[in-house]
Amino acid sequence: MKARNNRMASIRIKEVFKSFYKTKIIHGISIDIQEGEFLVIVGPSGCGKSTLLRMVAGLETVSAGEIFINGRMVNEDEPMERNVAMVFQNYALYPHMNVFNNMAYGLKIAGTSKKEIKTRVDNAASILQLEDLLERKPRDLSGGQRQRVAMGRAIVRKPDVFLFDEPLSNLDAKLRVKMRLEIKALQRSLKTTSLYVTHDQVEAMTLADRMVVMNNGKAEQIGVPLEVYDYPATLFVAQFIGSPSMNIFKGNSNNNAVTFGDSIEISSKTRFDGEVFVGIRPEHLIVDPDGLLTVRLKITEPLGANTLVYGTVKGTNEEVVISLPGTVEIDSLKNEMRLSFQNKNIHIFDRKTNKRIG
Amino acid sequence: MVEKKGLSYWLSHAGLILGVIVIGFPIWLAFVASTVTQSEIVSPPMPLLPGGEFITNYKEALFSGINAPVALMLLNSTIMALGIALGKIFISLLSAFAIVYFRFPGRQLFFWMIFLTLMLPIEVRIVPSYGVVAQFGMLNSYSGLIFPLIASATATFLFRQFFLTIPNELTEAARVDGAGPVRFFFDIILPMSKTNIAALFVILFIYGWNQFLWPLLITTDPSMNTIVMGIKQMFPSGDDNANWPVIMATSLLAMVPPVLIVIFMQKFFVRGLIESEK
Repeated sequence: MKARNNRMASIRIKEVFKSFYKTKIIHGISIDIQEGEFLVIVGPSGCGKSTLLRMVAGLETVSAGEIFINGRMVNEDEPMERNVAMVFQNYALYPHMNVFNNMAYGLKIAGTSKKEIKTRVDNAASILQLEDLLERKPRDLSGGQRQRVAMGRAIVRKPDVFLFDEPLSNLDAKLRVKMRLEIKALQRSLKTTSLYVTHDQVEAMTLADRMVVMNNGKAEQIGVPLEVYDYPATLFVAQFIGSPSMNIFKGNSNNNAVTFGDSIEISSKTRFDGEVFVGIRPEHLIVDPDGLLTVRLKITEPLGANTLVYGTVKGTNEEVVISLPGTVEIDSLKNEMRLSFQNKNIHIFDRKTNKRIG
Repeated sequence: MVEKKGLSYWLSHAGLILGVIVIGFPIWLAFVASTVTQSEIVSPPMPLLPGGEFITNYKEALFSGINAPVALMLLNSTIMALGIALGKIFISLLSAFAIVYFRFPGRQLFFWMIFLTLMLPIEVRIVPSYGVVAQFGMLNSYSGLIFPLIASATATFLFRQFFLTIPNELTEAARVDGAGPVRFFFDIILPMSKTNIAALFVILFIYGWNQFLWPLLITTDPSMNTIVMGIKQMFPSGDDNANWPVIMATSLLAMVPPVLIVIFMQKFFVRGLIESEK
């Protein structure tokens, strides 16, 4: 095995394109991943996020552009030579090998000594609480245990980079939350640069040091989760991040005044003339008898901690969803409700480019 | 449904028992004939209970036979059947591996060419095959018996289908772990194909064992005879008397190895069917 330098990896993805025959999958993405950083790529299915990850892993060729790991261009390298470890969605454990051998396989190929293999696997097993399962075959393990073995297989290699391809998608909701915390804790303690792909925005928000929101083969926004949440760069990001998703209304901007809905006028600093989208997150709408926004109520969904109220905006009939704290009895909801909001919670997007303007 | 008694219960049993008798009776007759003397067979009525010549007849068959000792023919047949079965498995594993896991020009073409040979049994190509084997000087040899029968489209096709069911992620995991194609084949593909190999081995062993026309054509030396064709060779030409007890003993001996293989290997592939490896 080649000597590992003590400096930890950073990944640089530079103007990367990918096409399968004539179909373009990724249209030029550039991302720099810092040493020890946990970067999450999130996007809807088919946006090319897995393809990007697989290009970093070396499982897909790069059509154009360059990928650097540790400052070294790896476009032509086999996955093994990149010293990356990958955790797959369906775990991809070798079915005929027991847990120990599953974790040890990569080391065996690398020619690591038996003693060293044993030390490393035992160490990984104790971190992941797999000590009692080392002799079992994957088919005798539960989903969560398999997931741990898959992670163990990644850890024992002491790779420069961890790559996660939707590793939690096959788990049930409760286990997913548990494993999410485990992955985060593990990455924190190992400080290994990680690239994590998911379609689940909650995973992205909670795990990421920084996140990349991808859509149609483009990186729509790269940033710290809360920054992405608070200042979505495009209409797509605004709607994709956050659940339930942001309310979007058609509006018009006239220099410093934006009008939308039932001739609601707000001031803004956009200095923009033209058609816009106005976005307000469901939790930023407040019940207020003097509110500007009048909503015709349709249905409520009590979730316990909060209640989702669905309705339409009076005047334009645009769909709107409001997230109210606590339980709101449906009887207490009148047919119409007035809502207010704070101007700082308003997002404005250019309707032509879908880019954020204020 | 299984618990149901009544008319259908008895009818189905009667049907099954009748079937067993229809199939079993000739074998029983052959067994009886192999335990009596020649004169007892030819004088009607034919005996239906075993006689006392079991040891004598089988000894004669095994160690002297008529043209060649049956023990030798059994050995020849075993070598041929094993060679064909193992060779077919080996070659088809490799070709299926190539077709599924490698992108080379003409991949589809080769697959279809292999597939087309399914329609060409040995009988169709027996004359040219004979010519080739004769020119290589492989008449009366094990290699002549084995090699022309070793390519198998069926097995290639089966392995191909099986490999296609192995999840892609597994291949990729192995690549990330640093396994090259050869390692991947031996460490992952081969162990995962165990049950398929066991099942195919049974089928192919019996296929090889039952080869008749090809050995008949290329082995002229009695010491290279295989048992299935050897039985035919035991029938006398012209007016000689057939030594029925020895021929019958040979027939029964010829059935023993395939039966053993089925019984022994059954355990493996039934187990393989129960525990899914994926």
